[in-house]
Amino acid sequence: MTPEELRELAEKRRAQLKQPRCRLNVCLAAGCQSCAGDSVFKAIKQQIEARKLDGVQVRGVGCLGLCAEGPLVLVEPSGLLYQRVKPEDAGELLDALEGAPLKRLECPTDVPFFRAQKKIVLENAGVIDPENLEDYLAAKGYEGLIRALTDMTPADVIAEVTTSGLRGRGGGGYPTGLKWSTVAKSKGAKKYVICNGDEGDPGAFMDRAVLESDPHRVIEGMIIAAYAVGAQHGYAYIRAEYPLAVKRMQNAIKQAQKAGLLGDGILGTSFSFNMEVRLGAGAFVCGEETALIASIEGKRGQPRPRPPFPAESGLWGYPTLINNVETFANIPPILRHGGAWYAAIGTEKSKGTKVFALAGRVKNTGLIEVPMGITLREIIFDIGGGIPDGKKFKAVQTGGPSGGCIPEQYLDMPVDYDSLARVGSIMGSGGMIVMDETSCMVDVAKFFMDFCKAESCGKCVPCRAGTDQMHGILTKICNGEATLDDLALLERLCDVVKNTSLCGLGQTAPNPVLSTLKYFRDEYLAHIVDKRCPAGVCKIKAPAEVHA
Amino acid sequence: MTMPIAPPKIEPPSADKRWRLVDNTMRKHGYRPDALIEALHTMQECFGYLDEPGLKFVARSLRLPLSKVFGVATFYHFFTLKPKGRHTCVVCMGTACYIKGAQNILDEIEKTYGVKPGETTRDDALSVLTARCIGSCGLAAAVVVDGNILGKVTPAQTLEHLEKVVKT
Ligand SMILES: Cc1cc2nc3c(=O)[nH]c(=O)nc-3n(C[C@H](O)[C@H](O)[C@H](O)COP(=O)(O)O)c2cc1C
Ligand code: SF4
Ligand code: SF4
Ligand code: FES
Ligand code: FES
Repeated sequence: MTPEELRELAEKRRAQLKQPRCRLNVCLAAGCQSCAGDSVFKAIKQQIEARKLDGVQVRGVGCLGLCAEGPLVLVEPSGLLYQRVKPEDAGELLDALEGAPLKRLECPTDVPFFRAQKKIVLENAGVIDPENLEDYLAAKGYEGLIRALTDMTPADVIAEVTTSGLRGRGGGGYPTGLKWSTVAKSKGAKKYVICNGDEGDPGAFMDRAVLESDPHRVIEGMIIAAYAVGAQHGYAYIRAEYPLAVKRMQNAIKQAQKAGLLGDGILGTSFSFNMEVRLGAGAFVCGEETALIASIEGKRGQPRPRPPFPAESGLWGYPTLINNVETFANIPPILRHGGAWYAAIGTEKSKGTKVFALAGRVKNTGLIEVPMGITLREIIFDIGGGIPDGKKFKAVQTGGPSGGCIPEQYLDMPVDYDSLARVGSIMGSGGMIVMDETSCMVDVAKFFMDFCKAESCGKCVPCRAGTDQMHGILTKICNGEATLDDLALLERLCDVVKNTSLCGLGQTAPNPVLSTLKYFRDEYLAHIVDKRCPAGVCKIKAPAEVHA
Repeated sequence: MTMPIAPPKIEPPSADKRWRLVDNTMRKHGYRPDALIEALHTMQECFGYLDEPGLKFVARSLRLPLSKVFGVATFYHFFTLKPKGRHTCVVCMGTACYIKGAQNILDEIEKTYGVKPGETTRDDALSVLTARCIGSCGLAAAVVVDGNILGKVTPAQTLEHLEKVVKT
C-alpha cells in the first residue's frame, strides 16, 4: 500500500466510526476478561441484535485503566463509564442509552484518577479495537511511519528522537536517541531490532497492557527504529504468561504484513523490514538484554559480560537495537508531533510521561499514565484514591526486585529517574506497589530476596550463593531467630553481592534490603531484639515455644 | 550416482498426531537450533509437559546434544518435565498478590490438599503451581484455575472454587 492508500483507508474508517449514534466500548484486555468482560460483550451484542437497535454498536477495546473495577464499559459519545458490569446488566445499559445514565453502575470519571492523567502511550488504549488495523489507522496510526519514510533520512529520525529526550522505559533510563545512533553507526552485514516484552518484574503489567490494547503502536515504533538504524529484521520477545498479548501481537503483525507495512518495500519505498514474535519462557533474567538475546538464539538465558554491547555485537553477533515495549510505543507520537513537543512534557532530565501499574494497598488499582515530575503523593492519594480500610500509608515499592521501598517522608518528591535514585529506589519499568501498616518490611525484603535467589541464573557465585545466604538471614530475622551479628553479616553481603555480580539482577538484588534497612531499621531490630513483628505478619514463636 | 543430501527424517516418539504440530514448529524455523524454545513451547502446549522421548525427538530433529535440550528445558520456569494433574491451580506470588495475602492462599491449599507448590495430589486430581505475576495485579490476589483467572480472591473463596472444580 502507498501512503495515499493508507490515508484513504484511515479516512474511510473515520467516517464509518462516526455513523452509529452511539457505541459501547467493552474492555477486552486481560484484566477485564478475567472477570468475564467477554460475556458482557456477548450479552450486549445479543441484546442489540435481539432489539434490532439501529445505530448502536458494540466494540471490544483495550484496557480502560481502572482494572480493579472491571469489567468496564465506556459509552460513546456521552463518555459515560460503567463499572463492574455483569452480562445480565446488558438490557438495562441499552435502555439507559436514551434516558438518564444507569446510576447503579456508573463509574465517576470526574475524579483525579482520570483527570490527573496524561495519555500519550495509552492514548488509544480503551479507545480503539486492538484487533483492527483500520481502527489504529483512524486514530492517526502509522502517520509517524509515513513521515519517517517519506520525509526524513534515518539521521533525521534519530535527531527527532534525540530532541524528544526520551529515555528507555525498561528500567535503565538510557537515552533512546543515543542508543539508536550507536546502532546506526555500527557496522554489520545485518542488523536486528528487538522489542523487550518480557516484563518479568512482579507487580507490573504496563507492557502487557500496551501490547494487548494497541499492538500496532509497538510495531510502528519498531519499524521506525529499524529504518533509523538500518535493520532488516525484528523480534518481539513476549513472555508466554501473556497469551492474549502474544495473540494480539501476532494478529497485528499479520495485518501489517498484509497491508505492506512490514515486508519488502514498505509503503512503496525501498525500505524493507519484517518481524516475528518469540515467546519467553518464564525466566526473569531473560529481561536482561544479553540473556534475552541468548534466549532468542534458543539457549539458556544467561547474561554475558558487556562490552561488547548488543549495539555492536548482539543477536548472532550482529548489531542489535533492543528497547522496551513502552519505549517503542512512545515513538509514533514523537514522530507525529515532533521531538520538541515531547520534550516540553515532564521534567528537565526526565521527559514525557510514564505508565505505572498501581497496585497493592491502594483504592484505585490499575494502569495509569502521568507526566514525569508528578509527586508520589499525587499518584497514590489523588489518582490512587489513598489507602483503603482506614489504614495508614507505610511505603511504596518502585522498580520491583531492583528497586526499593520509599517511606512517607518522600511522598512529595517528584517522580523522575534521578529523584527516585536519590532515595535509594529506581523508576524501573513502572511497577508501583503501595503498602500500608499491615505489611512487614522485613517480610517484604525477604519476599524480594526469595525472588532474586530463585531467578538468579547461577552463573556467578556472589549472586547465586549470596542471595541464598541473604534470604537465609532474612528468614531467620522473620522467625525471630537472628542475632545482631546476623544483621551485620546481612549488611556486608549487600555490599559484596551488589559490587561483584555480573549482571543487573545480582547488582540490584540487595536494593530492597538496603532501602528497608535504611528507612525501617527499627522493624528489623524489633524482630531481632524484641522477638516481635510490629505488623503482625511474621509468625514469631513465643519464647516458651522456642525452648520447649 | 550423487544424490542431494536431504536431512534425515526423524521419527516422532509415537503415532500421536500432536507430534506433527511440534514438527511443524521446527520446520517453520528451518530446523535451526534457535527453534528449540519454540518447539518446547509447542510440545508443552500439546502434551501439558515435556517428556524424555519428546525431548530426544526435538534434540535429534534440531541436531542438538540432549544435554543442551535438557539444560534449556530445566532453565526456564515455564517448562515442566512432570505431568500435571487433571486440574491446575496457579497461585500468583507476584508482589501485588503477595501484599494482598497470596501466601495465605497457598498455606490453606496446602492444608486442605496436602500439596506444596509444584506438587500434584496423589489421585492426580489437582496440581498446585505458583507464578511470578500473571499481569493482573489490579485484581490481586489472583489465582488461575484451569486457565481461568479469578481476581480479588480470599483463601476461603479459592478453596470453595477448587472444591467445585476438583469434584467434577
Ligand atoms: C535482571 C534484569 C531484568 C530485566 N527485565 C526487563 C524487562 O522485563 N523488560 C525490559 O524492557 N527491560 C528489562 N531489563 C532491562 C533491559 O536489559 C534493557 O536495558 C532494556 O530492555 C533496554 O530498553 P530501553 O532502553 O528501552 O529501556 C532488565 C534488566 C535486568 C538486568
Ligand atoms: S557444574 Fe553443574 S551446573 Fe555447572 S556446568 Fe557442570 S553440571 Fe552444569
Ligand atoms: S548476577 Fe546473577 S543473574 Fe546475573 S549473570 Fe550473575 S548469576 Fe546470573
Ligand atoms: S483490563 Fe479492563 S480496564 Fe484494565
Ligand atoms: S502480582 Fe499477581 S498478578 Fe501481578
